[in-house]
Amino acid sequence: MKKLAFIILIALPLGILAQDKTSKNTKSSFEVSGNCEMCQKRIEKAAYSVKGVKMANWDIPTNIISILHDSNKASVASIQLAIAQAGHDTPLSKAPDAVYEKLPMCCLYDRKKE
Amino acid sequence: MKNNLFHLFILIGFFGMSQDTLKGTLFTLEGNQEIPLTGASVYWIGTQTGTTTNEEGTFSLPFETSTNQLVISFLGFKTDTLSIKDQKIITHYLTAAEGESLEEITLTQRRKAIQKSYLQAQNIVNVNSAELLKAACCNLSESFETNPSIDVNFSDALTGTKQIRMLGLTSPYLLISEENIPMVRGASQAYGLTFTPGTWIESIQITKGTGSIVNGFESIAGQINTEIKKPFSDVPFFLNIFTSGNGRQEINIQGNQKWNDKWSTGLFIHGNQRTQKMDQNEDSFLDVPLSKQLNLLNRWQYTDAEKGWVGFGSLRWMTDDKQIGDLGFNPAEDRNSNTVWGSEIDTQRLDASLKIGYVFPEIPYQSFGFQSAYSNHNQAAYYGRRIYEIDQESFYLNLLFNSIVGNTKNKFKAGLNIAYDRYLETVDLLYFNRTDRSGGGFFEYSYDNLDNFSLVAGIRADAHNNLGNFITPRLHLRYLPDPKTIIRASVGSGRKAANIFAENQTLFGTNRFISIQENGGSIYGLNPEKAWNYGISLRQLFTLGSGSGDVTADYYITNFTDQVVVDWEQKNQISFYNLEGPSRANSFQLALDYAPSEVLSFRFAYKNYDVKTTYNSGFLQRPLQAQNRFFANMGWESERNVKGAQWRWDLTYHAVGEQRLVTTARDLQGSYSPAYGLWNSQLTRAVQTNFEIYVGLENLGNYRQNNPIIGADNPFGNDFDTAQIYAPIFGRMIYAGLRWNL
Repeated sequence: MKKLAFIILIALPLGILAQDKTSKNTKSSFEVSGNCEMCQKRIEKAAYSVKGVKMANWDIPTNIISILHDSNKASVASIQLAIAQAGHDTPLSKAPDAVYEKLPMCCLYDRKKE
Repeated sequence: MKNNLFHLFILIGFFGMSQDTLKGTLFTLEGNQEIPLTGASVYWIGTQTGTTTNEEGTFSLPFETSTNQLVISFLGFKTDTLSIKDQKIITHYLTAAEGESLEEITLTQRRKAIQKSYLQAQNIVNVNSAELLKAACCNLSESFETNPSIDVNFSDALTGTKQIRMLGLTSPYLLISEENIPMVRGASQAYGLTFTPGTWIESIQITKGTGSIVNGFESIAGQINTEIKKPFSDVPFFLNIFTSGNGRQEINIQGNQKWNDKWSTGLFIHGNQRTQKMDQNEDSFLDVPLSKQLNLLNRWQYTDAEKGWVGFGSLRWMTDDKQIGDLGFNPAEDRNSNTVWGSEIDTQRLDASLKIGYVFPEIPYQSFGFQSAYSNHNQAAYYGRRIYEIDQESFYLNLLFNSIVGNTKNKFKAGLNIAYDRYLETVDLLYFNRTDRSGGGFFEYSYDNLDNFSLVAGIRADAHNNLGNFITPRLHLRYLPDPKTIIRASVGSGRKAANIFAENQTLFGTNRFISIQENGGSIYGLNPEKAWNYGISLRQLFTLGSGSGDVTADYYITNFTDQVVVDWEQKNQISFYNLEGPSRANSFQLALDYAPSEVLSFRFAYKNYDVKTTYNSGFLQRPLQAQNRFFANMGWESERNVKGAQWRWDLTYHAVGEQRLVTTARDLQGSYSPAYGLWNSQLTRAVQTNFEIYVGLENLGNYRQNNPIIGADNPFGNDFDTAQIYAPIFGRMIYAGLRWNL
């Protein structure tokens, strides 16, 4: 039994190495309203909360988020919805007013007029 | 050198994926001329990861998963933000700011020479080349004098070699690697650190505690990794000349050539010698050896940033000869003499390595690494009428894969490695030979919640012909209760084969009788060593006045479950036997770093060690281990002027508490060494950015150990012992040197 566990442990990395998945990765980027580093953490966390998002970087000066995601699992619309629910406006989804108003002072970005 | 097929087998290895870095050079254009920008700050936007450019305008910093936006700012220039996609190396030109934008001046912070990790789960201190310049001289073993995490001790009264300790444990319990390839181990344990010239070193990473499992199972107290200068980013030409009052001269010539945007090569030449005989304490023995060393390194670097390939090939050859012992000893005539005691230690070493790394261009979080190394280390030595010869041939291979689970908050590394070591030893009249073969697989998972918690959990399974089959787990946690407080904890095990002679080579400078109390184990009849290490560290950042600093407290416990006890307790004898009973090393460190201004910095550390082992004669503190140590360092540097001219001054103080001494003809039972303090200082004048002159004083207070050699008047008698050293042999020493580059 112990020996078996041992063999599995040695073999595990091999298995992972061999498992060359052809991933359907899509790169997307869009604008997300926000101001500061706190916003950055919140926005990226919200993006990661969507299953299928592999990498998310939101840039403070340009307000552009770059996302690497599996488009079968995570659609751009669902990612934008998740970010909006955290309080940040995106092209497809607007943040609920109640959530926006609860953001810390430094994060209260200027909302675009409809 | 053995002419072995292995030499051709050349040796693959992976590029240190774990420390993927972005490198670059910053220029500004004056007319058609490229002027490198020194001191520009470069950082990933919204992160703590940043650096400043050096004299050549180059920088390197680790990639951040959270952003690809790189901010480059420099006073008087427009701040630029670059999107870094797949590039590993960038060249960028800053344009001078227009008059009206001067209100946008941002305050830049000078890079600290020692950077304690903020983002990593492991307790890692990075020492960069600016800090390395503070060391008097000249090689890796002397690079830790200004670093409180590592204690530098004197190994014996003959060779002038310095021995390092971490957490109260000697270097065999550390994993010492060069660019992630295990380096100072086995045969090179005694002098290996002196075989890496200081000017070759780009940076050093010191991990306290067990560290990552990626590089093997051997680390117990910590890991020290050295990065050598890379041909692509290093200066085209560098020259260093050094001379010191203890008769040592050194020269370093380093050249790098970029053939095209993919291929570059570097040739590093180091030579040192001491031809002058020194005997300050008038015991008729040389205080420092007569020596000469030639060390050559040729490396090739291949970088194809677009396709994601990177490769390194290195070939290195070193020869080092030392002569020690009586002032009047003449090797040609007096070898095997019964009246004049002398010794020669001749070492030759060949290293070859090849590393290949591949980063998937479309998915930058995924990469492959392949790393391999071959080395042959051959030492022939006699000490009086004793003989110690060792030949070690090693082969190491590592395959690594990095990727993510779901998203970049969850990363993993998985891989395999193979190690082969063949030892041939001659110890007086006995021969020992041994072959170690091992293969293992590892898996390391890291989690980061991008906010205040991260974790690294690793496990490896190895099959070893002499150590058996075993599993090595390691766990590191990091938690930030608030952004200025960092708590780290780690636990892990490690094990190793004790190379009793190579690790305790100082015993040959004694006439002690060697006793191995075998118990049927696989290595010299002894069982391998195994220990668990536990650590906790608390770091608090603060700002005070216009400056900032941090206070760090850490406590580490190493518990040996198996150990090869090195027992010097019995007069005229040295014994090796397996531990029966408890053995532990507890270490506490309280450190304060504070920089009241841009130009001034202070560093203080108090260390307490409780290192106790069960000897045949009882549960005792390890001999020659100071229980209390104190360290202070002050650094000052003037602002650089337009040409880059600058003064730099450093003052370091080490206080070393009493150390237990074993019973010898010199020291009665129950003796302790006196406590003492050492002062070192160095002054550097940068005449311009590429030319510096430095002068320094070591051991300002001229503190020396009296009677370092026991039985010096009768070196063939039973009492002769050069290994009972607790303080410097050599008194005040002045040195001077220059550095020049193109």
